[in-house]
Amino acid sequence: MSVVSPIREHLVTGGKTYHDVTEDICRHVEAKPTKEWKIAFAISVLVLLYGGGWVLWTWWEGLGVWGLNKTVGWAWDITNFVWWVGIGHAGTLISAILLLFRQKWRTSINRAAEAMTIFAVLCAASFILMHMGRPWLAYWALPLPNTFGSLWVNFNSPLVWDVFAISTYFSVSCLFWFIGLIPDLATIRDRATGFRKTIYGALSLGWTGGARTWARYEDVSLILAGLSTPLVLSVHTIVSFDFATSVIPGWHTTIFPPYFVAGAIFSGFAMVQNLMLVTRVVYKLEDYITLEHISLMNKIITLTGSIVGVAYITEFFIAAYSGVEYEKYAFINRATGPLWWSYFGMMFCNVMSPQLFWFKKLRENIVVSFVIAVVVNIGMWFERFVIIVTSLHRDYLPSSWTYFTPRMGDIGDYLFSFGFFFTCFFLFSKFLPVINMAEVKAVLKSSSEKKSNH
Amino acid sequence: MENTNKRYWKGIEELKNDISVVKNADKEFNLEGLEGGTYRRDFLKMLGFGVAAVSLAACNAPVRHTIPYLNKPEDIEPGIPNYYASTFAQAGSYCSILVKTREGRPVKIEGNKMSGVTKGGVNAQVHASLLSLYDNERLKEPTKGGKKIAWAELDKEVSEALASSSNIRLVSNTILSPSTKSVIADFASKYPSAKHITYDSNSASALIEANGTSFGKAAIPSYLFNKANVIVGINCDFLGTWLSPIEHAAQWAETRRLSSAKGGKKTMSRHYQFETGMSMTGANADYRGMFKPSQEGAFVANLYNRIAGIMGVGSQLSVANGDFENIDKCAKDLVAAKGASLVVSGSNDVAVQTIINGINSLLGNLGNTIDFGTTVNYKQGNDATMNQFVVELKSGAVDSVIFLDSNPVYDHLLGADIAEGLKKVKLSVAIADRANETASLCTYLALNTHYLESWGDASPKAGYYSLTQPVISNIFNSRQGESSLLTWAGKYSDYQAYVKNVWNSGILNGKTWTQALHDGVYESPNTALAGASFSGNLAEAASKVSSVKSSGIELYVFENVTIGTGIQANNPWLQETPDPVSKVTWENTAAFSQKTAADLGLEVGDWVNLTIGAKTVELPILIQPGQANDTVTVAMGYGRTAAGKAGNVGVAMLPLLKGAATASNLWVGGVKIEKTKSGYTLAQTQTHETYMGREAVVQESVLSEYVKNSKAGRFEPMIATSDGFKKPYSISLWNGHEKKNHSWGMVIDLNTCTGCAACVVSCQAENNVSVVGKAEVARAREMHWIRIDRYYSSDAPEEEGYSVAGYKAMETASANPEVVFQPLMCQHCSNAPCETVCPVLATTHSSEGLNQMTYNRCVGTRYCANNCPYKVRRFNWFKYFENDNFDFHFNNELGRMVINPDVTVRSRGVIEKCSMCVQRIQAGKLTAKKEKRRPVDGEIETACSQSCPTNAITFGDMLDPESRVSKLLIQEEEGRRFQLLEEINVIPQVNYLVKIRNKDGVKKAEAVAHTDHAEHAVH
Repeated sequence: MSVVSPIREHLVTGGKTYHDVTEDICRHVEAKPTKEWKIAFAISVLVLLYGGGWVLWTWWEGLGVWGLNKTVGWAWDITNFVWWVGIGHAGTLISAILLLFRQKWRTSINRAAEAMTIFAVLCAASFILMHMGRPWLAYWALPLPNTFGSLWVNFNSPLVWDVFAISTYFSVSCLFWFIGLIPDLATIRDRATGFRKTIYGALSLGWTGGARTWARYEDVSLILAGLSTPLVLSVHTIVSFDFATSVIPGWHTTIFPPYFVAGAIFSGFAMVQNLMLVTRVVYKLEDYITLEHISLMNKIITLTGSIVGVAYITEFFIAAYSGVEYEKYAFINRATGPLWWSYFGMMFCNVMSPQLFWFKKLRENIVVSFVIAVVVNIGMWFERFVIIVTSLHRDYLPSSWTYFTPRMGDIGDYLFSFGFFFTCFFLFSKFLPVINMAEVKAVLKSSSEKKSNH
Repeated sequence: MENTNKRYWKGIEELKNDISVVKNADKEFNLEGLEGGTYRRDFLKMLGFGVAAVSLAACNAPVRHTIPYLNKPEDIEPGIPNYYASTFAQAGSYCSILVKTREGRPVKIEGNKMSGVTKGGVNAQVHASLLSLYDNERLKEPTKGGKKIAWAELDKEVSEALASSSNIRLVSNTILSPSTKSVIADFASKYPSAKHITYDSNSASALIEANGTSFGKAAIPSYLFNKANVIVGINCDFLGTWLSPIEHAAQWAETRRLSSAKGGKKTMSRHYQFETGMSMTGANADYRGMFKPSQEGAFVANLYNRIAGIMGVGSQLSVANGDFENIDKCAKDLVAAKGASLVVSGSNDVAVQTIINGINSLLGNLGNTIDFGTTVNYKQGNDATMNQFVVELKSGAVDSVIFLDSNPVYDHLLGADIAEGLKKVKLSVAIADRANETASLCTYLALNTHYLESWGDASPKAGYYSLTQPVISNIFNSRQGESSLLTWAGKYSDYQAYVKNVWNSGILNGKTWTQALHDGVYESPNTALAGASFSGNLAEAASKVSSVKSSGIELYVFENVTIGTGIQANNPWLQETPDPVSKVTWENTAAFSQKTAADLGLEVGDWVNLTIGAKTVELPILIQPGQANDTVTVAMGYGRTAAGKAGNVGVAMLPLLKGAATASNLWVGGVKIEKTKSGYTLAQTQTHETYMGREAVVQESVLSEYVKNSKAGRFEPMIATSDGFKKPYSISLWNGHEKKNHSWGMVIDLNTCTGCAACVVSCQAENNVSVVGKAEVARAREMHWIRIDRYYSSDAPEEEGYSVAGYKAMETASANPEVVFQPLMCQHCSNAPCETVCPVLATTHSSEGLNQMTYNRCVGTRYCANNCPYKVRRFNWFKYFENDNFDFHFNNELGRMVINPDVTVRSRGVIEKCSMCVQRIQAGKLTAKKEKRRPVDGEIETACSQSCPTNAITFGDMLDPESRVSKLLIQEEEGRRFQLLEEINVIPQVNYLVKIRNKDGVKKAEAVAHTDHAEHAVH
């Protein structure tokens, strides 16, 4: 259905047949868990339990177990929230926008990336709950009919927009992911026996593989891709409104929407890169996730990293150009104040480190790719920390200026989200196909490396 | 029975002799079907029901009983407060007050405007004394040797012991009460060997003595700061702690008030302060100089010489000519304001006070600003008799001693000697409210009442009297000290009748007892001012001051505004009130100047050992701008060991001074400083010292400029638009809020705010503001709804551009900075940034201009706090009540009695902030409505505006053209009025008036920076 230029690198190497693809992917779902998987899963669960303990303690004691104070009302909580939402963006971008653009190379990675999106959005949502002083009343942020009289939510508040944005995003992502899974679940069902057959049978919703079914599947995918595409842009735009619509110097910035979206894609791709590089090695999927894939991802990382770099510099220019005393000071303080190290961390990790990928050798080096992806994610965490904390800790009235020091509660609750994320991801990688078999098979004809002896 | 043929059957079955009847013949009831044993299903059912029932019962919310009045007291309406006039008189501190009670429970202290002395002003310590009533660590019973004893037994044993005593001493602090003095006289007439010893922890003995030798009047005169055009304070915190701070502050403020109206008052007093550490009074001065404690005498003598030199009268004192910052200027101004100037000193050195008397005499201030016609009674302690008492006590010459509400073991320099001497006495009785440092060493503790449970009176000054009446019955098994003394003296011990008798027979003249009790005060002042002629020996004083020798670093101990001498140390409100200058809470610090700290290698966060001889104390350091070099200043009143959980904090300084020749003047030289540890975070409510040149925040000017232009110092930002520059308020995205009926607002005069923190404690009491403790304050989580920002000036030139070094330099305060105090509460913005961002509409705008907070709607996202440009919103990080981690008054039933029932106690996880005392507004409106009228201006007052001793805060309805607020705003519209951060167009309801200093010219930061740098090079 599409033509792939012969000079393009092959998307699937190793001369795979349709059957090979099925075998390679299903093997991990069907076989007993490997030792590596068990160890990794056990560590994730332990981290989840430890972090979960801290989360419960936070709920029991109150937010005082964090390091926040009268001036800095948000720090790690919202940093983590924005960070996780940002990570989620890559999944949607890969599955929706790249689908619309007919980027065939997405087929090998979209499944895992979408799963990552869902787990990351859940992690982000957990921080929305956690950061509330009275989380048991979180449902008050929903415009539900209620018995409180005429009490309604405040539609002026960016936090309410957030609630809509994140919940829409989560629902659409879930739907998209699950629909994409159906043909593969049916494949597993057809190979399975007994109890597993029942489970996968139920999950595959009676998929027959008929031509009509496939046609509808394609249509639904396209429609959902169309729905998801604006979400990629809107969700982080709205998240950025939390800051942009405020009156605090350093937050009150019109550049935030595009800057946040670019940053989100940047960090999301880095996270996908990390996860795929691990999966590739552990599940021996080198033929499906090729160096070409890694290299393409790195190019996007370099591009988006440079976009955020330009945004950082633009912010400084505007602050200087505005002539606003507080704005000027906010940015000077950002780079040279007591939290200068976080600013430096952000600049180094986000703007400088991805520039290494201008070199093909480094771009196609697995270790370098992995390390830089980790560095980028650290940098993007710092970016949010810089925006939130350095703006808040020294705002208008110098009498209220403070410093922020994290406490164990901040760290424990952050660990919880990691534990949750990786526990989910390992469960996913064990019980569901990590690569979209159906879509890989679709590109096999056009873009597969032929066996030499064929 | 045999003869009877009739038979009765129970039923047809019996007649038939059914098998079942035969079988059960011996059983009265047939229970077979019922007694089936317990089956598994039944068991599970029962278990299920049981567990459910038990857990449901366990889930029940705790029941709290409210007990209705069976017979309602005539004068109590539930929900409506009663006010009683009373008097706070504690160790010579005086304030005439009104006590607000709710259902028989005192919940708030307010000023009594009928008093001619305090005029409705209240200070932090007086406000906080309410909480001391509900101090759970007061003893519950009288004790003997730490064990409970019945009053009758105690009285019997004490009376017997007294009867067999031959040398009785009664030790107290200054007593303002004529009735108490009469009781003591009665006691002494019963026991002729009894002598009354009066001492003061921070003594003015030298002042009285010097006045005796200089003027032949061994008394303290009234100081009339309001009549002085030039005021000079020398180590004298007259706005904060000295003699009668509430009275002095009001007088001082009178001379500082300005009006921008046409023909309005554009003159103000000039205030000089010379001192060692930065006191609150020094922070309010126009010109300030510093000296080491050892130079105090030399300074005073030099000032005398300069004044005498300019005036060309008197002979020069023979002291070395010393140069002090601003001394020449001060002398010149004093001479120019002859007869309308005032020089006061807090020194407890007779020679220094004699020279001060000489200066005031030279300037003709006696009879003008110093009035011997109305002497004051605030300090009656006599150091000599107290020292003599200690000698006698140690020698065993005293056999019985009674401490009347005094604690000399802790708060007297010779405390250790008294503790030792107490072992030798036969009878030791403490009339105290707890087993404090002294009482715990005494055999008997005759449990004293709190003053709010007591009858009493006070005479702060000649001709001024006021009454104390109980507003609650005794909470514990206590008895007021006067009743105890009367009992032991064998008199009838109804002290109420006693006071009434004293008043009716000797005080009241033309006023009834009932009227006096209602008013709280009775005043028949002597209005004629009286001077005195100076006959002191200046030459002797001069030789004494020039013989003062000292070396090395000098330690100066001072009384701070919040904790004072430590009597109310166990008061969490006071402990958490930041010191007005240092903003430190919960402990005392060793304050060093920047230069001395650098010389000693000390940095913020360090602790040091202060060593004098064999004695050492360890303290955290504070780098204090305005501190004299080579000195260290530490507050007294801390380091108590038997005050209670909240009070046993910090370090006691008097033991360190003990033994030094200059100890009575609270300083000592040759202190060894040694750094011990570092990395400590002081519990400070403000850590940034300068205002970074932000003129939209602090606006100030000098008098000479203000006289020329009443808008001097005003910062008027303009916003660039496509149509040119516009005023910020003229362009808006907002629709605004309609205010039909009222628009509550405030005007805060930065010129008269002294930073005394009375409003902070008043607000805390009124609004049930939680105490969070030292660790949480150190984490910047204090809950105060009103704070007083204190900014120091910086020598650095104002950075307008982008220079990193320039901004850094602005963060450093000057060595002798100018200080600004700026009270800050919720500004009640008309375009409030907090209101738009709350997702659940928990903070909304009222139709009367208030920014309202609905606690039970708040989910605690803290977005509002982040988006508040003034950072006045406070978050409940924890549950602060009934929580053992916050073991203050909210954690015990007695302490919770202080809660104002009109204000919600906030739960954890919600935001709170200043409501402009909306409960008072509602109550005032309701009263007016019932009487079918509009609220009258002044009828509704917020807690802060009500208590301000200088009336720096004016509250009222801005829509009422007759209100003081409206008039002030009109008066200052083209003058000093400004709103914080005008350019962000939030339009606060709170207005400020520019601070004007009575200085000569505009202090050009650049020029000063230049000279100062040069000076630093010389140092």
